[in-house]
Amino acid sequence: MTGTRFQELISRNQARLSTRRKIVNAIMLSLTGVLTLIALVPLFWIVGYVLYKGGASLNLAFFTQLPRPLGMEGGGVLNAIEGTLVISTLACILALPLGVLAAFYAERFPNTPLGVTLRFSTDVLSGVPSIVIGLFAYALVVKPQGHFSALAGGVATAILMLPTIIRTTEEMLKLVPRTLREGSLAIGAPEWKTSLNVVFPAAISGIITGFLLSISRAAGETAPLLFTALGNERYDVGSIINSGIAQKQGLLQIINRVIDQPADSLPLTLWKYAQQPYPERIRESWAAALVLMIIILLINIFARLWVESRKRALRG
Amino acid sequence: MQETNTAISNEVSPTTTSEYKVQTKNLSVYYGKFRALAEINLSVLQNKITAIIGPSGCGKSTLLRSFNHMNDLTPSAHSQGEILLDGENINETGVDVVEVRRRIGMVFQRPNPFPKSIYDNVAYGPRLYGIRRKNDLDEIVEKSLRQSALWGEVKDKLHQNGFSLSGGQQQRLCIARAMAVEPEIILMDEPASALDPISTLRIEELMHDIVKEYTIIIVTHNMQQAARVSDFTAMMMIDDQRAGRMIEFNETQIIFTNPKDKRTEDYVTGRFG
Amino acid sequence: MSRFSKISRQNPRFNRLQKKIRYGDIPWQVIIILMSIVIIIVMISIGWMLWRDSSTSRTEFGWSFILPTANATWDPVNSIFQSWPFIYGTLLTSVTAIILAVPVSLGIAIFLAELCPVSLRMPLNWLVELLAAIPSVIYGLWGIFVFLPTVVAPVGVFLLNTLGHIPGINILFTGPVPESGSSRIAAAFILMIMIIPTISAVTRDVLLSIPSDQREAAMALGATKWESIWQVILPFGMSGILGAVILGLGRALGETMAVTMVIGNSIEGTPSLLRPGYTMASIIANEFAEAVTTLHTEALIEIGLTLFFITLLLNIIARLLVWSVARRTTQEARA
Repeated sequence: MTGTRFQELISRNQARLSTRRKIVNAIMLSLTGVLTLIALVPLFWIVGYVLYKGGASLNLAFFTQLPRPLGMEGGGVLNAIEGTLVISTLACILALPLGVLAAFYAERFPNTPLGVTLRFSTDVLSGVPSIVIGLFAYALVVKPQGHFSALAGGVATAILMLPTIIRTTEEMLKLVPRTLREGSLAIGAPEWKTSLNVVFPAAISGIITGFLLSISRAAGETAPLLFTALGNERYDVGSIINSGIAQKQGLLQIINRVIDQPADSLPLTLWKYAQQPYPERIRESWAAALVLMIIILLINIFARLWVESRKRALRG
Repeated sequence: MQETNTAISNEVSPTTTSEYKVQTKNLSVYYGKFRALAEINLSVLQNKITAIIGPSGCGKSTLLRSFNHMNDLTPSAHSQGEILLDGENINETGVDVVEVRRRIGMVFQRPNPFPKSIYDNVAYGPRLYGIRRKNDLDEIVEKSLRQSALWGEVKDKLHQNGFSLSGGQQQRLCIARAMAVEPEIILMDEPASALDPISTLRIEELMHDIVKEYTIIIVTHNMQQAARVSDFTAMMMIDDQRAGRMIEFNETQIIFTNPKDKRTEDYVTGRFG
Repeated sequence: MSRFSKISRQNPRFNRLQKKIRYGDIPWQVIIILMSIVIIIVMISIGWMLWRDSSTSRTEFGWSFILPTANATWDPVNSIFQSWPFIYGTLLTSVTAIILAVPVSLGIAIFLAELCPVSLRMPLNWLVELLAAIPSVIYGLWGIFVFLPTVVAPVGVFLLNTLGHIPGINILFTGPVPESGSSRIAAAFILMIMIIPTISAVTRDVLLSIPSDQREAAMALGATKWESIWQVILPFGMSGILGAVILGLGRALGETMAVTMVIGNSIEGTPSLLRPGYTMASIIANEFAEAVTTLHTEALIEIGLTLFFITLLLNIIARLLVWSVARRTTQEARA
C-alpha cells in the first residue's frame, strides 16, 4: 500500500464532503443557539402574562384583607399571605437544624455505613414526589390529631426542603479548605469547636444561599398542602394574636392557636380560585400568582447577588 | 537583548536538496493584548526531526499549536505573520482549517484515546473524510498500527476499548490515530513526558522509523531527548516583555556541542532552566 | 518543661475547662449522628407508611390494581378500584414530555457548555434555572388560560388531521380535541417545559467535566466542531446524559399541580394523546381530601406507593449513571 492510497480514497469525494461537512456544522451549531432561545420563550411569556394580568388586580386591599364573599367588593388574600409565612417559618425551624447538622455528619464521615445510608436517604427524599410527602405528613400529623393544620403543612414543607438543605450544606462544607480545619486542630481545638467555630462560618454564605433557594422552592409548592394545611379562608394571625392578648393567654397558647388550625397559602389559594368559574376569583388567581412570583424572584435574585458578592470578597 | 534570528538561514546550509517543508516568517501570537510569541522565524526541513527546546513558559507549545491552528480554540488568541506550508501561507483568514489539520497531525502530552475501540480510534480520522468500506478501513488501521509499532500487541483485540491499554500503548495508539489520515507533518507536544522510560525509548525509536515518511516537529523540555532524537534544534526563550523568541536554530550537533549564543550554552549545559 | 504545661498543672479551673472542652466532642457527635438517623427514619417511614396504609386495598385488589385493564373502573361509590388509567396517563405524558424535551435540552447544554461566549454563560444559565423556579401552579394557571387555547388546541387539531390518519400511530391521535385544550398532550407539553431546566443543567455539567484534550484530539484530526461534539464528546458523556434524562423523567412522573390543571381529569377509555386523561398524582390531589371510605383512601395511598417505587428506582439508576461518568474521567486521567 503506497503512501498516496489515502489520498486516492478521499480525493474523489473530498471536495464535496468538505462543503457538506461545513454546512452541517454551521446548521447544527446555530440550531443549538436557536433551541436555547426557544426554551427561554416560556419564561418570558409566563412572567409577562403574570405581570400583565396580575398587576391589573393588585391593590392594597389585596394584601391586607381577608377574602370577601363573591359579589362583594374588595377583599384580599391576607389569609394566604399569612399562611405562607407561618408555614414557611415552621418548615424552616424544623428543617434547618435537622438538615445542617445531618450535613455535618455526611461531610465528615461520608463512608461509614451511617454516612452512606444518610446520603442515600437524602437522594431518595429528593426524588419523592411532593404529593407523596403530603400523604406522609397526613398520616403523621393530621390523622393522629384529627384535623388539618398549619403544623402539618409545615412538616410536609420541611421534608420537602430537607434534601436541598443537606446537599448544599454538605457541598459548602466540603469546599472549605482542609488547611483551615487542620490549622484549628493543630492548635489543640477539639473537633466540635473546629466544626462550629471555624468550618461552619467559612461555609456559611453558601449554606445560606442553599437555604434561600430551598425556601423559594418550598413557598411555591401546593401539592403537599392539599391535605395537610387544607386551606382556610378565615386565617388571620393578627386577630388571633389580638384576641389572645385580650384573653390573657400565654405565648405558647397563642402560638398553638396559630399553627393548630387549617391554613392557606398563596399557591393553594391560586389553585382553588383558578378552578372556580367566577371571573373575580380568576383575577385574584393572577394577582396571587404575581405576588408569589415576585417573592420567589426576589429570593432568587438576592441569593445570586449574595453569592456573587461573596465570591468577589474572597478574590479580594 | 540581542536577536540572532537573521543568522538562522545562513547557518543551515542547504546540503540536503529538500526544500523547507514548513516555515514561519515573523510569526507573532497574541492572547488578547499579551504577546506570547514574538517574530518567530523557523524553517523546518522535510523528513527531518526538528526539536524545539527552552525553559518552561517560553511559548514552545504555543508555537507548535500555531502550525495546526489549535490556538484558534482559545477565543482571545490571534496572530500575525506567515506560516508557509510547501510555500503556501496557511495563516490567513479563509484558509481551510480542517484541511490544514489533516495535513498536519498532532500528538499530545497526555495520551487521549477516544472512549471507543482501538479499531474505531484509528479509523476515526479516515471515516471523517468519507472512507467507509470495511476493506479500506481495515487496510488503513493495520498500516497505521504497524507504523506506530503497536500492531503486534493489539491485533487480536482491536475491538477492546482504547483505555484498556497501558499508558505507553495508549500514546502509540494516539500516534497511530494521527497517522491514519496520512499527514505530511506530525507535531509532538512533549509526547513522552507522561510515560515511563521504557515507553519513552520506544516512542523515540518510533520517531526514527517514521521520519522517512513524515516531517516531525517535537517540543520537549528534556534536553537529552532532544539531543538523542532530533536532527535540528531550535532554542527559545522569553524576553523582557515575556514574549517567546527564537534564540538559536541549528543542527542538533552544533547546538549541543558548540552553540553560538551564550544563553543557549547556559541552557544546554544546565546552568539554568 | 514549657510554661504552658506549668500553668495547666497549677490552675485547676483550667484543667476543668480542658476536660469540658474535650468532652464537648461527645455531645456533638451524638447530635449529628442523631440528626442523621432521623433523616434515615423519615425516608424509611415514608415507604413503610405507604405500605401499611394501603394494606386493605392491596389485599382486596391484588395485582389487578395496577395491571393494564381495558375499561377499568374507578368507582368510589361501589368501592371498585383499578388504577391502570392513571398509570397509563402518567407514563404517556411523561414519556412524551421526555421525547420532546431531550433534543431541546441537549441543544441547550451543548450551546452553554461548548459554544456560548463566556460572558453570556452566567446570565443564560441563570435564566434557564429561573424556568425551574416557577411554581407548578403558575405553570398550570398560565396553561389553562393562555397556553392551551393559544398553542395546544391548534396543535392538537393539526396533529389530529395529520398523524391521526397514519395507521398504527393514529390510536394515539384520535379526537375530538376538547375545546378547552385540556388533554394529555397539553400536560406533556407543559411537563416538557418544566423538565428542560433539569435535564439541560445536569447535561451541561456532564459536558463541562469532560477533559478538554478529548475535544482537542478530535479537532486536531480535522473534525469540525460539530463532529467533535457529536462523535466524541457526547458518546464520552453518554452515561451522564442518560442519568440527566432519567432525573428529568423522575421529575415529570411526580409533577402534580400543573398536570392536574391541564389534563382534563377524566377516566375515559381512549389511549389518545389528544383526549383528556388522568395521572396518578392528579387523582390523589383531586380525591384524597374528600375520600370518605377507608378503601377509597387506601386505594389512593396504594397509588402513592406505586409512584414512590417508580421514582425511587429511577432516582437510583440516574445517580449511578451520573456518578459513573465522573468516575471514568478521573480514572482515565490517571492512565
